[in-house]
Amino acid sequence: MVSRAAWVYISLVVLATAALVTAAQRLTGFYYAGHVLHPWVALASLMALFLVCDSVRSPMTSRQTVWSPSSCATLAAVVLLGPVAAAFVGATSVISLRRRLRLAERLFNGAMHALSGLAAGGAYLALNGHIGYPHPTQFLRLAAAFAAAAVVHVLANHTLIWGINRLNRSRGMRREGLQSSLLLLLVSDLGYACLGLVIASLWQIMMGFSVVLVLVPLFVARWAMGQFAEQQSAYSATMKTLCQAVETKDYYTRGHGDRVSKGAVMIARQIGMSADRTEAIGFAGMLHDVGKLGVPTQVLQKTGTLTEDEFAAIQLHPMRGLKIVQEIGFLNEALTGIYHHHERIDGRGYPLGLAGHEIPEFARVIAVADAFDSMTSTRSYREAKSQEAAVAELRKGAGTQFDPLLVDAFIAALAQEKWPLQEPTGRPPDLTTVTVQDHDDPTAPLQVVIP
Amino acid sequence: MTGETLAGRPAPDRLAFWQALDSGRLVLMAAAAMLAVAAFVGTAFVGSLNRVELETAFAFGGFIAFGELLRLALPGGRQAAPIAMVGALSYALLIQLPGPHAAHSHPHLVPANPALVISVAAISMTVGALPHMAAGRPAGLTGMCTRLVAVSCVAFIFDGLSATLAQRHRPVELVFALLVLLVLFGWLADTVVSALIRADDVGARFSVAIMDEMRLQWPLGLAVGASVLITVFGAETMGLMELAIFIGPLLVTQVAFRRYAGIRATYLETVRSLARVTEVAGYVEEGHALRVSKLAVAVGRRLGMPEQQLLALEYAALMHDIGQLSLRYPISAGATVLVSPADQNRIAELGEKVIREANVLNDVAELVGCQAWPAYGHNPPPPLGSMIIRAANAFDDMVGDSKDRDRWAAALDRMRMDPAEYDARVVTVLTDVARRRIPSRL
Repeated sequence: MVSRAAWVYISLVVLATAALVTAAQRLTGFYYAGHVLHPWVALASLMALFLVCDSVRSPMTSRQTVWSPSSCATLAAVVLLGPVAAAFVGATSVISLRRRLRLAERLFNGAMHALSGLAAGGAYLALNGHIGYPHPTQFLRLAAAFAAAAVVHVLANHTLIWGINRLNRSRGMRREGLQSSLLLLLVSDLGYACLGLVIASLWQIMMGFSVVLVLVPLFVARWAMGQFAEQQSAYSATMKTLCQAVETKDYYTRGHGDRVSKGAVMIARQIGMSADRTEAIGFAGMLHDVGKLGVPTQVLQKTGTLTEDEFAAIQLHPMRGLKIVQEIGFLNEALTGIYHHHERIDGRGYPLGLAGHEIPEFARVIAVADAFDSMTSTRSYREAKSQEAAVAELRKGAGTQFDPLLVDAFIAALAQEKWPLQEPTGRPPDLTTVTVQDHDDPTAPLQVVIP
Repeated sequence: MTGETLAGRPAPDRLAFWQALDSGRLVLMAAAAMLAVAAFVGTAFVGSLNRVELETAFAFGGFIAFGELLRLALPGGRQAAPIAMVGALSYALLIQLPGPHAAHSHPHLVPANPALVISVAAISMTVGALPHMAAGRPAGLTGMCTRLVAVSCVAFIFDGLSATLAQRHRPVELVFALLVLLVLFGWLADTVVSALIRADDVGARFSVAIMDEMRLQWPLGLAVGASVLITVFGAETMGLMELAIFIGPLLVTQVAFRRYAGIRATYLETVRSLARVTEVAGYVEEGHALRVSKLAVAVGRRLGMPEQQLLALEYAALMHDIGQLSLRYPISAGATVLVSPADQNRIAELGEKVIREANVLNDVAELVGCQAWPAYGHNPPPPLGSMIIRAANAFDDMVGDSKDRDRWAAALDRMRMDPAEYDARVVTVLTDVARRRIPSRL
């Protein structure tokens, strides 16, 4: 639901927009009459363009892909018809064809786009931008004024959105690592804003058809982004499946990789990791035990104490995991997470025995999620621990086995988000697929014969 | 996606420059070089350019060089330079619009003759390629030559038409329609030449290659075409400034494509790596999955499979042994060719089940699931891809990474003797592919 503060904010934005647009309309009229042939046709076409752009806004869930080329319509209106018309073009957002928009969202979007359009128009006029057909002889000055208008538009837009996001965080919106994607977003918005001037310039020659022409590259870009999103989801589905295939070797650890991945991402978000790294740590969490495949099944399933050789075989699994995935070029930092996820803060872990901050951050994060999932899952030698008990164990290990800051972050994240518990497992159908000792379980360390 | 690593990979860099060239490439490069030289000579004969002409040439030249610098890697190891193409085609198609609009035409921009267009395009493409070469990346000469030839064709045709177009009473709609046709022609020329080169490169049929090329290139071609029209008409009011303004949206579009191509490459890379889990787990020999997939794709391509199917085939070949992960103990050296047909089928079905879980690679899952079916006598008959995987897998199980010719010949003979199990066409092509790997005696 929309919080009360958000409603107040939205009402304020709507009222301010209405007042400013009315005032501006008193000053200049709906549009600059006489500057453009058939101004109503122009206004209607630009509104239509805005609607189309707004409605095809990509429905992608993935980060960095909020995509709003609609600013080009508003900015074209600034050049051809003036600020008030631009505000009206922006206000079209109220009747956006996107479904599942709530009233509050529609109101806010309409007011926001109208206000940004008005502000951009104001900036354009303030810098002596000529309203009407762009004329070749004064194009340089016009381009400068337009650039200012575009910047003002993008800034106004993002400031207003930033406000609503801040107020709305209470309803469970997570802090996404916005820093890196925000820049990309601003730049791509500015890039598309340039199209506004292109539309305005073509208007004299081909009127509304310029809109059609400009839409073609826009739709192609949207197609490419859609393909990207499709490939990306196919990609993570495949990755997940392959990890599950690896886990079929052991009945009890099914879904382990997936849950560790989720846990690592929860911690990453909590400590404000950038979006790119958050994604990478998700993959690292998923793949962290892939190397277990190289450990002979007999060793994984052995009851009682392990010989030194057998323990060495288990200690090799991060190395083998690294060997499998090291050729996946983009994983880079994730590789360190996979290789070092069994290091301990006190330096008594494996494979290298690194201590403290020598251990890569990814590995420290994964270690926490890994141990927590192991403890809260059923094993052949014990039932699953409760989350509280597991949290207590993590606290106990903080400073010796785990990074205390990350343990705190994980506990804080657990309070906000539900942990994806292991699906209730009955007895395994086939006793040959059971690991008897879990190398991840900090409460039941592997028993090794001391020679 | 399949091209850059598999059988179709361009000859390794160890060869001398001229050895890496095949006949198709040579013809293309010779044509491009001749065009460029002729254009330089032509431009020199016309004499000095006036200031406006120079400004226009430099502006478009800079645009083209920038576009060449920002090349785009597309699926299949292809390379495109859409922004350079927009610049070159727009420069070739610049026109002073007839009728009432002529009054507005910008005094700082004039159309160019074909010789000048080709000279500017050739020089600026080379300039744009220099940083790539300095950074140790391939120069991408083939792509540049292809683009230059396509642009030249368009420039010459347009030159023939421009006198007619410039007459005062021509409606702007006619000009527009003609420009659309010319842009389309430019795209076709680019596609046909690329397909010819590619067919030559990877050993695919031209008819298949051209369809692949078109399917892959049309979205980008559409964006380039529309952008060219916008640039040509926008020059009317915006003059050269438009190049600076229009580069913004073009860049954003290019970023979208780059991300798309990037995730596809990552996808393949990941499947390729994860397919090795069976090796690390000791189920199959080292390098088995990769070798089988290379063989399978080479065979599939020769049998005329389009690129989409080849991609599914490659994924399936990489993952064909994934069903073995469900086995309790590894079978001897992972050679599925040595176990009973029932077990082979069970492994195949387990693999299919695993891949179907993802729910995005169902065509791949089917290929994996049918890989143990005999070529004849099974109802329904196995899909071609499965028969290819079966043959490639059997071959690799028998030969491994050995380079022993006698062993290769014996393995192929054994498969040839068993036409009920291995499809005769597939084995014939497989022999052919193998012969290219180890010449003589097969």
